[in-house]
Amino acid sequence: MIGDWLDIGRVEEIPLRGSRTIPVEGGEEIAVFRTGDNRVFALLNQCPHKKGPLSQGIIHGHSVACPLHNWSIALATGEAQGDDKGCTPTIPVRVDGGRVLLCRAGTLKAAA
Amino acid sequence: MDFHGSDKVDDNADAAWERRDPRPHLVVIGNGMAGCRAVEELLARDPGRYRITIFGAEPHVNYNRIMLSPVLAGEKTFAEIVINDTAWYADNGITLVAGDAVTAIDRAQKIVTAASGRVLAYDRLLIATGSNPFIIPVPGHDLPGVIGFRDLADVDRMLAAADKGGAAVVIGGGLLGLEAAHGLSLRGMRVTVLHLMPTLMERQLDEAAGWLLKQELERRGQTILTGADTAEIVGSDAVEGVRLKDGTLIPASLVVMAVGIRPNVALAREAGLAVGRGIQVDDDMVTSDPAILAVGECVEHRGQVYGLVAPLWEMCRALADGLAGSPSGYRGSVTSTKLKVSGIDVFSAGDFSGGEGAEDIVLRDASRGIYKRVVVRDDRIVGAVLYGDTADGGWYFDMLRKQEDVADLRDLLIFGQAFAAGGGAADPLSAVAALSDDAEICGCNGVSKAKVVACISGGAHSLDAVRGGCKASASCGSCTGLVENLLALALGDAVEAGPKTICRCTSFGHDDVRREIVAQGMRSIPEVMQKLHWTTPDGCSSCRPALNYYLLCALPGDYADDQQSRFVNERMHANIQKDGTYSVVPRMWGGITNPRELRAIADVVEKYDAPMVKVTGGQRLDIFGIRKEDLPAVWADLNAAGMVSGHAYGKSLRTVKTCVGSEWCRFGTQDSTGLGVRIERMTWGSWMPHKFKIAVSGCPRNCAEATIKDFGVVCVDSGYELHVGGNGGIKVRATDLLCRVSTEQEALDHVAAFIQLYREEARYLERTAPWIERVGIGYIRQRIAQDAVGREALRARFLFSQSFSQDDPWAARAAGADRDLHAPVGAFKPRQMEEMA
Repeated sequence: MIGDWLDIGRVEEIPLRGSRTIPVEGGEEIAVFRTGDNRVFALLNQCPHKKGPLSQGIIHGHSVACPLHNWSIALATGEAQGDDKGCTPTIPVRVDGGRVLLCRAGTLKAAA
Repeated sequence: MDFHGSDKVDDNADAAWERRDPRPHLVVIGNGMAGCRAVEELLARDPGRYRITIFGAEPHVNYNRIMLSPVLAGEKTFAEIVINDTAWYADNGITLVAGDAVTAIDRAQKIVTAASGRVLAYDRLLIATGSNPFIIPVPGHDLPGVIGFRDLADVDRMLAAADKGGAAVVIGGGLLGLEAAHGLSLRGMRVTVLHLMPTLMERQLDEAAGWLLKQELERRGQTILTGADTAEIVGSDAVEGVRLKDGTLIPASLVVMAVGIRPNVALAREAGLAVGRGIQVDDDMVTSDPAILAVGECVEHRGQVYGLVAPLWEMCRALADGLAGSPSGYRGSVTSTKLKVSGIDVFSAGDFSGGEGAEDIVLRDASRGIYKRVVVRDDRIVGAVLYGDTADGGWYFDMLRKQEDVADLRDLLIFGQAFAAGGGAADPLSAVAALSDDAEICGCNGVSKAKVVACISGGAHSLDAVRGGCKASASCGSCTGLVENLLALALGDAVEAGPKTICRCTSFGHDDVRREIVAQGMRSIPEVMQKLHWTTPDGCSSCRPALNYYLLCALPGDYADDQQSRFVNERMHANIQKDGTYSVVPRMWGGITNPRELRAIADVVEKYDAPMVKVTGGQRLDIFGIRKEDLPAVWADLNAAGMVSGHAYGKSLRTVKTCVGSEWCRFGTQDSTGLGVRIERMTWGSWMPHKFKIAVSGCPRNCAEATIKDFGVVCVDSGYELHVGGNGGIKVRATDLLCRVSTEQEALDHVAAFIQLYREEARYLERTAPWIERVGIGYIRQRIAQDAVGREALRARFLFSQSFSQDDPWAARAAGADRDLHAPVGAFKPRQMEEMA
């Protein structure tokens, strides 16, 4: 589907409390997360701390713990939580008819 | 814990005792919650005033009857619901006659006679015989397999039935019936609940909350039939089913009658006391005979009969005040109800039938499954029903009992205490401070705020000390937050931390959680979080891996490992590096390799363009810079050369480092390489609290550095020295000597037993060195070296667990398992304006 939203697959292709990645040609990778309460979020796949791949972290509540140094990143805002400071770009994402749709413009902007 | 009274009748001894003890004799009929609570209250006021004898029909010490539901559901053990153990009776000089029911009261002579023939004289008599389940007298009600839900024997009968599986019918959709149904359902029976009325728990809940409850129970797999009128229980020798008046037949091998209770008044009636629906008492709980008192569910006070626990506490206070000589008077109770079905929060209090002048304030949040209704009349709360979020139940109930004017709070009332008290900024401390002294903190054990505060000012400065001192928060744990706030309020920073909790999601420490997982037979992470009242929906990155490990350890071969609760390295079976690539370490048994393996490693390095290969400290080769997408292919190539995962990434057995030993070395005393390989073959693949390293040195020169390993073997001429608890990390620690053994097999057995002890008892992420410093090497020696039977049992459990864990995780991934962990879900190529799933 070509348009403002990129269809990246069925929501079940992302495990509950898990994440999948989308490589972007010529840009940085995107991570798409599915939480325990079945919400879907998308972030640039980089921790604001040392660029750790957030897709590989443990997802709890609406946060992900970075696999490198255990920073906790809010999935909705990309903000580091607690005493840590930093922010990862978020990409608008929605689920429609069981398909995960990623905002094209947001993806290009974040991955550039 | 069973405590049987002597069957021997010895009136002479009683008489002799009486001559020695001139105090008036208080005889209590009933060793249940009311009888014992009354005695506790009396002892608190005037411990030496009476000589006390308690008769109990059940052959047990006093236990918390309202916690029988969690026992049935497998959430508690009997030991955990005991209120007073045998030591309590002994310490207070109380004679307990358990398992011997009183059968007659002779008021003229002031004596009681028990079933065994025992005769005892009293000065004051307290009747606390409680109530009996009401068995509806339909045909078949006396068939084997039809039971009530009243005492431990009933629970045992239900558990025996559940062991055989099959179907159960619970007649009665009230509090007790639903708790019985929940327990039987958790125990694996197919459960049908028959309820005569159109909605469940109609005496406590309104229609809307009853409907929400029904939906939830049905979602959990129970069949709920409302408006169901039982015609007969069918069966020839035992229960086979229940037939309704509309002809429906429901097959069942167990029928639980939970339609209600009847005060147990037979004894009092035969003694000629005034009896209505219950034994009639005045405000000091005195019956129509001034020498005889009565308390609990067996009494009728001002025309009211109670079947809940809270009124009982209030009656016992009034009774004790009277017995101790300063009567205060019981004025009746307003009751509230909580359903003890885990994961379903229901609260109700007072009157919610509406009627003249009653206003309803209702809040519904369908997506969160919340329904709240507060009924107000003349600016006072008269009733409250809460479903889904019961946090404010205590607040509403407190205002209801005090008849407080809520006119000023009217608009915010339904949003709860936090909002109504001040602008939405919830301050839990001031909320707790605002509670009145007699507000109930712990419903399970009937502990008021004043009692908790008194316990704290009496020296209980930690949660554990409060749990031990006044029993608040010691049963289901749902009031833990309130107790913690009371501690903070009273002591500020001086609150002593109990055992460290796993993380901020729970008030329990590692050891508590592990013990409960085993004791309650928990089988999944959500179950643990539910039963132990986790404060977060799905934990955090600290507790999830710990729970996953504890369950894995408790249920070998049975527990489905949760990949999303694994740290990245264990989920990816490789070590993540700072650039997000991985390093891969194939196993080299005992540090020995060969041309085929080396060639395969060299080929992988070239084929996947790995930037570096390094020899590790554990005598293996580490291939760096592998992308997660390439991992399965790398593993396939390594598998093809006969290599498996080295678990260099895991909280698990890492390496067994060896020196060349007697096969080559001129100083070697034993075959250290051979033993190292055999140890590694036995122990690889096992998940542990933390990483675990082993080494075998062939002589005391110790070239394999065995004395800084978790388990080290140093070979000597006479056999093998076994060392434990070494660590070469941030804090270097040399091993402690465990023992010396003479054969290789003994060395292997000790390794297996030690690892299993570590797996079962160390806390998650605790290496052997701090673990041994915590429990002491003496304890380890006692368990492993000195207790041959225990050692063999540990070894057997380890080998059983290993029979499920020695599958190469790489082989499964190479064959395509968990492909989604490695492959991207799609790709995005902006220039071609296309994407593919």
